[in-house]
Amino acid sequence: MAYSVLSDGTTKAKATVAADRARRDPMRWVVLAILILLLAFTLFPFFLALLNAVKASAEYAVGGPLSIPRSIDLTAIEKFWTVSDFSRKLLNSVVISLAVSVLGVLISLFNAYAIGVGKVPGSRVILVVFLLGIMVPQESIIYPLYYMAKASGLYDTQLSVIIIFAVLQSAFGTYLLSTVLSTFPKEILEAAEMDGSTHWKTLWFVIVPVLRPTLMVLGTFFFIWTWNEFLIPLVMLVSNNNQTVSVAMGLTRGQNMSDPVLQASAAFLGIIPTVIFFLIFQRTLTRGIAAGAVK
Amino acid sequence: MAISSQRSSDGSRSYSLYLIPGTIGFILIVLIPQLANLGLSFTAWKGVGTPRPVGLQNYHRLLTDDQFWGSMYHTLLFIVSMTVIPVCIGLVLAALLFDYVRDQFGEWVSSFFRAGFYLPQILPVTVAGVLWGWILNPVGVINITLKAIGLDNLAQNWIGDATYALAAVSLVIVWIQVGYCLVVFMAGLSRIDPSLYEAAELDGANWWSRLVTITIPLLAPEIFVVVLTTLIAALKVFAPIFVITAGGPDNATLVPSYLTYYHFFTTQRVGYAAAIAVVQTTLTIALAVIFLRFQSQQESKE
Repeated sequence: MAYSVLSDGTTKAKATVAADRARRDPMRWVVLAILILLLAFTLFPFFLALLNAVKASAEYAVGGPLSIPRSIDLTAIEKFWTVSDFSRKLLNSVVISLAVSVLGVLISLFNAYAIGVGKVPGSRVILVVFLLGIMVPQESIIYPLYYMAKASGLYDTQLSVIIIFAVLQSAFGTYLLSTVLSTFPKEILEAAEMDGSTHWKTLWFVIVPVLRPTLMVLGTFFFIWTWNEFLIPLVMLVSNNNQTVSVAMGLTRGQNMSDPVLQASAAFLGIIPTVIFFLIFQRTLTRGIAAGAVK
Repeated sequence: MAISSQRSSDGSRSYSLYLIPGTIGFILIVLIPQLANLGLSFTAWKGVGTPRPVGLQNYHRLLTDDQFWGSMYHTLLFIVSMTVIPVCIGLVLAALLFDYVRDQFGEWVSSFFRAGFYLPQILPVTVAGVLWGWILNPVGVINITLKAIGLDNLAQNWIGDATYALAAVSLVIVWIQVGYCLVVFMAGLSRIDPSLYEAAELDGANWWSRLVTITIPLLAPEIFVVVLTTLIAALKVFAPIFVITAGGPDNATLVPSYLTYYHFFTTQRVGYAAAIAVVQTTLTIALAVIFLRFQSQQESKE
């Protein structure tokens, strides 16, 4: 931190402070204990779900939710998996989320190319209108969308949800990418134009390769957001075969789920994909969300 | 001059072709449905046949609808659990992890805590609902545990009793929201010059006064962003209510989004539901406009 210059008095004093800070404060264990307690509270529900999902029902009846299972019993997980046709739900969620992230990134990229590079007149207004459009509550568009989907035969198809979310999420993508593209080095674009490159070729062979990391982050966001969406898939995908994981979870409350071990299994199965995404994308996500919120 | 301007307008015309897919999508998915919803709010309609125009009747009825006003009142309470409490906890945690834990235990420990607190934020809300519903229900984890340790009289019907349901749902919402505030605040803190803290420490400022005099003022932009985005989210809160309490018991946790959903799809009073959605949309747009203005001010400052 302050090692670089040690010549004058103030930096020396600073270095001492830094050393003091580095010297261990006895209070630090108290602070750590409080933080661990808070973290334990935050993570406790996850832990409970794991603990009870692998417990035999009989054991739950005797030992309650806090007992450590004596053996791993996957009956309840298997039962919920079969009853809810979980593999089908997983597949639906993956297909919808993947399609939205590809299509959404593509729409965002096109929009941002016109706004950030092309500086199309009125781009500021277009951006604001797009953003306002997605900030409003989804209930204010859900009924007309439901009606339109029924009229066009897209009701209860995954395509309807894919189109809706690709458009809704591309508003944020347009905003993010046009900020990035407006700072894209002019010289590179001009050089490409001198070589006789068309706008189309410049986009795919000059801009996309440079932007690839940002596009991946955006795609990841779209994937997870779509995975977690509830209201629109709830309304649009009524048949069991088309439902997503998120909707299936939202409907378990209404179903006959008196067995607490079965409930824990449901929660557990719902958590697993999220934890996997989290482990894979932790760094991208935490950084990217901050960038998205503030920039 | 004349040539170059002609060229650039040619250029922007061909660039504007790239806006076509996005614009068509926006018109179909956002603009037409919004206008249709606004139109429907002036009609009485059951979802079949032709909507019957009724002027402002739906809005008149809103004024005296106890369910509606109850839901607005609950929104105010959810602003506390969605914005106020998470922002306060997030600020203290972020400052603690950044200004203390990192120095005392190293970067790795600080990142570990940040990741842990963030986890509920990316869990689908419906899964959070199943998880907490299972913990809070009358024969759920809390009550079983309370009975096991002999505190039977503390056991309550947490989500089935109107007195506790609102608090129980609020707890779940706080649990979800803290991670968002924490992550944004920590990202903001990383642009603060550490020598500021060292200088303050030289002057004998303790951790708390550093939080109040340095951290909070410097994080003002992030705090503003988080407050506004969570306020907008609080106005729209739907999934946790749907999953945990379905607005009950006795409308104790009813929110505008749930009321709208209920009237659209259960009572089929489409025009009335549309009117509630319009009120909610207007409030959201007002907040969103403030948010966007602030962001463009920030950008022009940079």
